[in-house]
Amino acid sequence: MRERRLVPRVALVLGLAFLYGPILSMIVFSFNNSRLVTVWDAAHSPTLKWYGALLHNEQILGAAWLSIRIAVIAASVAVVLGTLAGTALARLGAFRGRLLLAGMVTAPIVMPEVITGLSLLLMFVALGQLIGWPKGVGALTITLAHITFCMAYVTVVVQSRLAGFDESLEEAAMDLGARPARVFFRITLPLILPAIVSGWLLAFTLSWDDLVITQFVAGPGSSTLPMVIFSKVRFGVTPDVNALATIMVLLVATGVAISTVWMRYRERRRARDLQLAAAANL
Amino acid sequence: MARLTSAAGRRLIAGIPTGWLLLLFLVPFIIVFRISFSEVRLAIPPYTPLLTFRHGSPALELHWSAYQFLFTDPLYVSSYLYSLKVAAVSTLCCLAIGYPMAYAIAHAGSATRPVLLMLIVLPFWTSFLLRVYAWIGLLKNNGVINNLLMSLGVIHHPLALLQTDFAVYIGIVYSYLPFMILPLYANLEKHDAALLEAAADLGARPARAFLRITVPQSFPGIVAGSLLVFIPAVGEYVIPTLLGRTDQLMIGRVLSDEFFENRDWPVASAVAILILLLLVVPILLFQRYQRRELEGAR
Repeated sequence: MRERRLVPRVALVLGLAFLYGPILSMIVFSFNNSRLVTVWDAAHSPTLKWYGALLHNEQILGAAWLSIRIAVIAASVAVVLGTLAGTALARLGAFRGRLLLAGMVTAPIVMPEVITGLSLLLMFVALGQLIGWPKGVGALTITLAHITFCMAYVTVVVQSRLAGFDESLEEAAMDLGARPARVFFRITLPLILPAIVSGWLLAFTLSWDDLVITQFVAGPGSSTLPMVIFSKVRFGVTPDVNALATIMVLLVATGVAISTVWMRYRERRRARDLQLAAAANL
Repeated sequence: MARLTSAAGRRLIAGIPTGWLLLLFLVPFIIVFRISFSEVRLAIPPYTPLLTFRHGSPALELHWSAYQFLFTDPLYVSSYLYSLKVAAVSTLCCLAIGYPMAYAIAHAGSATRPVLLMLIVLPFWTSFLLRVYAWIGLLKNNGVINNLLMSLGVIHHPLALLQTDFAVYIGIVYSYLPFMILPLYANLEKHDAALLEAAADLGARPARAFLRITVPQSFPGIVAGSLLVFIPAVGEYVIPTLLGRTDQLMIGRVLSDEFFENRDWPVASAVAILILLLLVVPILLFQRYQRRELEGAR
């Protein structure tokens, strides 16, 4: 048994090194004084000067603010639409249009982004000519595009969470006379809340990070952070991007750590409640 | 909840997301399909209409010129083939690296398993663009890898690593590895250890038991992970643009250039339709797996 486990374990360690090595190198070189980025200037490093430069870079700050606003709106709308779609697929049984909805909801997850981006832009242009809205492309069309691909991920997360519960709790509440809306808000929603939270975070990250689809549906004056970064790094490495990457990695790591702890706390409390309920019935 | 909601409520729950996706996912594809049968013209919009009116009666004008153009210029055919090759090689590399990793996580202790899973997922939460960018710093001529190898005396001249096929493979494997590991893990975790014990009792050596029992059982996970890597990799734009060759473009880059640089909407649309034709079977396979995974869990 033992020699069979050794190979996968070595592969796991090497694989994790492969995943984290490049990120670590970015962090290390964000403190490097040299403009050459990958040549360590031992005499004047570590330095925080690239972080300082970042704070005064109006272009990057403006783009980051636009990206945050788009990501918050896109994630929030995507959570509502994705929860509806996930609930429909997991709880409504066989309804007309089920296959259509299921097909359309999973396709954006694997669809090459250039195709999604091109088709969305051509649709916006056609719509603009037909009814005069939207007027040109910009933050609005970016947000609409982001909602569309984000809701696909939220749907999958919500649907798989709902599939893990049977409907007996909801049916029991109905039998006790609760109206459908009350059942949803008192029973279903608390059950899928962890899925909704992680769905929102996932949607926020995907929107915040998207470059290819955004480039198609963006207009002049609506450059998001990934667009600014891409135009900077396309022609080489720049040290302030390393500093930006370090900040983003730290923020994400803290966010994921906090949400993991919170979710585990909720699960544990739920398990304890169930135990108490079972004990009370004895 | 089938009996929980009124007919009107059910219609709303399913209808709102369906309507949204019809307008912003399905209709856009129909528009792309339609524009691919037009010709370029200098106007707004920059393509010929499909319906024209001659002497008051409508006439359908279908142009095949965009498609003809794609098949006469060898640039497009070679980009298609190159993209398929890059996606296939990267998928196989992901599988070779991801399978043992998923296997190790599935066999880890119950306390370490969630930590390992989080370590696999965490890079996915950090910017994709910045993770690809990190490889420029590692691979370029005076980058980290070349500097390290030269200071160790292994090489005396920097290796050309950036702007090669190798760099694209690295970039794709690096970015898509979590998509391979997660479905593989979800599958391997469900395996029944009793089957392997039975095989051992009957005298099968571990390697044989692995090949005859574990691998066939994990086939659905292999297919799902491979599709999750292969399909988006075919149309990949960022990775080949930042790390790849300049003399051989991938098809996603060609589409983008046709649209943004040449402003040829019909040709860009035809490229998109041909990528979709290549990917329609893999996409349907993936959807079948996804449906079974989400609905089989009940």
